[in-house]
Amino acid sequence: MKLRVDGLTVRFRIPGATVHAVTDASFELSEGRCLALVGESGCGKSVMAHALLGLLPANATVTGHAWLDPTATRTDSSGEALDLITAPEKTLARQVRGRRIGLIPQSPAAHLTPVRTARAHLAETLRELGRTETPDALAARAGLRPEDLDRYPHQLSGGMAQRVANALALAGDPPLIIADEPTTGLDRPLVDATMTELRRLRDEGRAVLLITHDLRAAEQVADEVAVMYAGRIVELAEAESFFTRPRHPYARGLLDALPTRAFKPVPGRPPELTRLPAGCAFQPRCPLATPLCDEQPKLNGVACHHV
Amino acid sequence: MSEPTSTLTVPDTRTQQAPGLEAEEITVSFGRHRVLDRVSIALRPGETLGLAGPSGCGKSTLARVLALLLRPSRGTVRMDGHPISRWRHRAPQRTRVALIFQQPRMAVDPRFTLEDVFTEPLRATRRPLDRAYELAEDLGLTRELFTRRPHEVSDGQLQRACVARALALEPAYLICDEMTTMLDASTQAHLVSRIEAYRERTGAAVLAISHDTELLDRWTDGNVHSWHGAVPA
Repeated sequence: MKLRVDGLTVRFRIPGATVHAVTDASFELSEGRCLALVGESGCGKSVMAHALLGLLPANATVTGHAWLDPTATRTDSSGEALDLITAPEKTLARQVRGRRIGLIPQSPAAHLTPVRTARAHLAETLRELGRTETPDALAARAGLRPEDLDRYPHQLSGGMAQRVANALALAGDPPLIIADEPTTGLDRPLVDATMTELRRLRDEGRAVLLITHDLRAAEQVADEVAVMYAGRIVELAEAESFFTRPRHPYARGLLDALPTRAFKPVPGRPPELTRLPAGCAFQPRCPLATPLCDEQPKLNGVACHHV
Repeated sequence: MSEPTSTLTVPDTRTQQAPGLEAEEITVSFGRHRVLDRVSIALRPGETLGLAGPSGCGKSTLARVLALLLRPSRGTVRMDGHPISRWRHRAPQRTRVALIFQQPRMAVDPRFTLEDVFTEPLRATRRPLDRAYELAEDLGLTRELFTRRPHEVSDGQLQRACVARALALEPAYLICDEMTTMLDASTQAHLVSRIEAYRERTGAAVLAISHDTELLDRWTDGNVHSWHGAVPA
């Protein structure tokens, strides 16, 4: 077991309101497995990633637990069990980010410093992590040629920028990779290449948490799928059964919206995270809704009173 | 390194139709870098035409030429049969064509509220704003979003406002440049359905540009031209 998220809840205080960004999220992720967290934009997926890395802004309140290596003991080489939610910033900065968890960011080109070459980025990261590997060797692991490293970010093609970002995430050889919308804005061949890369990382034995709104990308690599709606996980299933037999009405609607399927949007619109209904948040859009839905359904593979 | 160029000629087999929006032998160069090389394409009223191609092949440059936002180095653009001689804000036909961009965040003034964004075309042309609010409603923007600024809404919500803005002046030609690339499947299907409803109601022409051939096939009922150009790998 690499990661056990238990009752994770994130609230943001904004003037006059509270944003219910993530509510009572629980899941587990093992080595050599990929979990895809999918949902519409604004459903709380990225907040989850930032909560795990301790990167939320000051107006956020986080409760619940996110155990990294929950079964490890002090003597394990991977590091002892650590609750990412309560761990102090110093621990996260010195022992976790880059070392035990690698982040593959959204829009890799924007993630890089524009005035520094790819090699300078890799060299700095390796130095800070105390690694003896050379930038060239690290680049080779991520599929880059040494001559590519002399380029500045604006000289990198989308695919190369992606590989540089991957190399940065892999510099500290982290056993857990969090990929936060790694395919946003990429064209299909680059999406496919990125998913192939994530598959390779998983097959090396790393645990991969893929956060994406792109169901077709998720299908290529996920072993398990967690569907998020209005901050809650509403379905958690093996990827194969999810893509062939989704159970939650929202999950079915999301898959039906694909151009290769019905190309029909989910009717209605997602609720404001500042004003969630008391019961099931999908109720106003749901074809199956009954008075039963005024009560919050429990997640038991799927969080719905009707399936 | 040889100059990367990309050529495209969409054959026009649809004779005896209204002239529409036509680009003929368009060449665009930025300095010594030739982005479009003698590209021709014609968009007829009432049709949805898909244009597929990988990133970097010049799709977005062509979109800007067709939206009269970029004067080509060579070649002719004709709208409703009249050749375009003035571009950008000087083009008298500029409100007959609208462009929807891939990244809504880069297509709006960050100081505007969403309401400012979707009412602006009507305010600028001193027309009643009712239509803007109808469009916002139709595109699924709720009232509490009106006063938010771009950084306070999601990409999907912002793109809805951009589509409302694009449709406000009832353009005869609508160019969607990777309009749904940043969006989830449900928002994508919704925006495409609204644009198709607009086309059916007004007889406007729609050019859908994307790298996603599955999307374009579905959107345009197979009326898709693939464009590979000669792009450096």
